[in-house]
Amino acid sequence: MMQAAVKLKIDNVSKVFGKNGNQVVALDNTSFEVKEGEFVTILGPSGCGKSTILRIIAGLTDTSSGKALLDGKEITSSGADRGMVFQSYTLFPWLTVQENIEFGLELKGMVKNERSQIALHYLDLIGLKGFENHYPQNLSGGMKQRVAIARALANDPEILLMDEPFGALDAQTRSIMQEILLNAWQESKKTILFVTHDVEEAIFLGDTVYVMTARPGRLKKRISVPLGRPRTFEMKNSPRFLEIKQDLLALIREESIKTINM
Amino acid sequence: MPRFSSYFTPKVDIEKNVYISLGILVFVIFLLIWSLLSYTEIIASTFLPTPHVVLLTAFRMLVDGDLFNHIGYSVWRVVAGFLIASLIAVPLGILMGTLKVFEGFFEPFIGFIRYMPASAFIPLFILWIGLGEGEKIAVIFFGTFFQQTLMVMDVTKNVSNDLIDVAYTLGATRRNVFKKVILPASLPGIVDTLRITFGWAWTYLIVAEIVGSTVGLGYMIMQANRFLNTEKIFVGIIVIGLLGMISDVIFKLIYRKLFPWLHEGGSIKSDASSC
Ligand SMILES: Nc1ncnc2c1ncn2[C@@H]1O[C@H](COP(=O)(O)OP(=O)(O)OP(=O)(O)O)[C@@H](O)[C@H]1O
Ligand SMILES: [Mg+2]
Repeated sequence: MMQAAVKLKIDNVSKVFGKNGNQVVALDNTSFEVKEGEFVTILGPSGCGKSTILRIIAGLTDTSSGKALLDGKEITSSGADRGMVFQSYTLFPWLTVQENIEFGLELKGMVKNERSQIALHYLDLIGLKGFENHYPQNLSGGMKQRVAIARALANDPEILLMDEPFGALDAQTRSIMQEILLNAWQESKKTILFVTHDVEEAIFLGDTVYVMTARPGRLKKRISVPLGRPRTFEMKNSPRFLEIKQDLLALIREESIKTINM
Repeated sequence: MPRFSSYFTPKVDIEKNVYISLGILVFVIFLLIWSLLSYTEIIASTFLPTPHVVLLTAFRMLVDGDLFNHIGYSVWRVVAGFLIASLIAVPLGILMGTLKVFEGFFEPFIGFIRYMPASAFIPLFILWIGLGEGEKIAVIFFGTFFQQTLMVMDVTKNVSNDLIDVAYTLGATRRNVFKKVILPASLPGIVDTLRITFGWAWTYLIVAEIVGSTVGLGYMIMQANRFLNTEKIFVGIIVIGLLGMISDVIFKLIYRKLFPWLHEGGSIKSDASSC
């Protein structure tokens, strides 16, 4: 098998928030890589700087030192080549589902016909065919996040950044959303960097799981998930899965205790 | 059949016809108390005319065209002053809510002026502009403009940062963010601000018309007072109330038409603020 190229490189990135006397070190010399087409999950306790990393890659926040590189080019500002799905619901409430998905395409100057075709394709992919004319207000949380994923994918980014997109959903919905996401990923072959504090989610989705330390965030461990593709929910009960889960739970517990005592 | 106790559970919706009946009931009670106090002459008619006398007076004034003349002038003044204020306040408020340089420049000064009562400026305006229409409109402008600007600024500031960030990650430029996110996101709040401040504009109108005016509802009320035509005062006040209600309904219709995405399944929030 050919070695996949490095898509994203985080090179010694640190981030300090606040002014002297009141500083918070969110990230401390963090380095890691994401390969082309890879699904990487980042697992870390609350407040360890997971969102900060994604925001730096998206170009929404700058680093204090170090740099993030996409395809070898240093990231200096936001752009359509890095799509992001947020934990909070970020559909534009005044646009219909379809208009939301077409938002980025319209900015690119794509004609209506072409936009519409792409939007409907992704709507189908996430299982929301027939909802194109609904307003976000009338959708459930899970549906909103699916549309947000479709919107990001429709824009055809180089990498998709996902910041605990299922964090606000109940366990059942969450589990189904994971499968829908994997399905969409298989089809689109995107590189995905997915942040979560849910151990099971990190293993089930990822090719690689990075575990972060409590604040200041640093990488603590890298794990390659030895599960085949496509993943099915039954795998969550396989001995291998449970073994990794046990290890990661112990690791993350250690860090969470530090957070609580901080 | 809904349980009676549900009517007294906080924030629980009640049936539409019960809601409407309650609104009508208040008017009926009001009318009953008024009738009771006036027809029995518990309060003398010089102070509290009877409902039918007020109605007859209104009818007479309508027929001889007097009332329409006053209403016409008042409406034109309010609308003119309010429109001029809004045309400047809305863009300025949006800029202040979006760009910190604008906020830093204008906010302290507007915050300073807005506590000065518009009525206190009437002598100045008379001195500067004279007693014409310009002076009345200036009072209304002065009374509404500064509040409007600050309220629009607040609405714009409250646009969710996540919405702005997600637009950037979809390839938006700063200009795009302004046009395609901040503007549409703050529009409902702006229309609401206009609806609320339009009510305030009426208050300033009456103040402006009470001083040095020869026509208008405020003048009419003032004249009636001078000749102890209490029923005319009542006609004036009720007409102002009706006009306010009509404008409120118009604003709510605009809101409904303009923002279908807000009330499919939800209801329009009513204004909590009043003056
Ligand atoms: N704009 C900011 N200003 C100051 N401090 C910040 C800012 N953003 C984040 N922080 C701090 O940096 C640390 C890391 O924040 P971040 O949001 O990246 O954590 P997280 O891992 O995403 O947490 P969570 O699991 O709660 O989402 C936190 O302690 C947070 O308080
Ligand atoms: Mg976070």
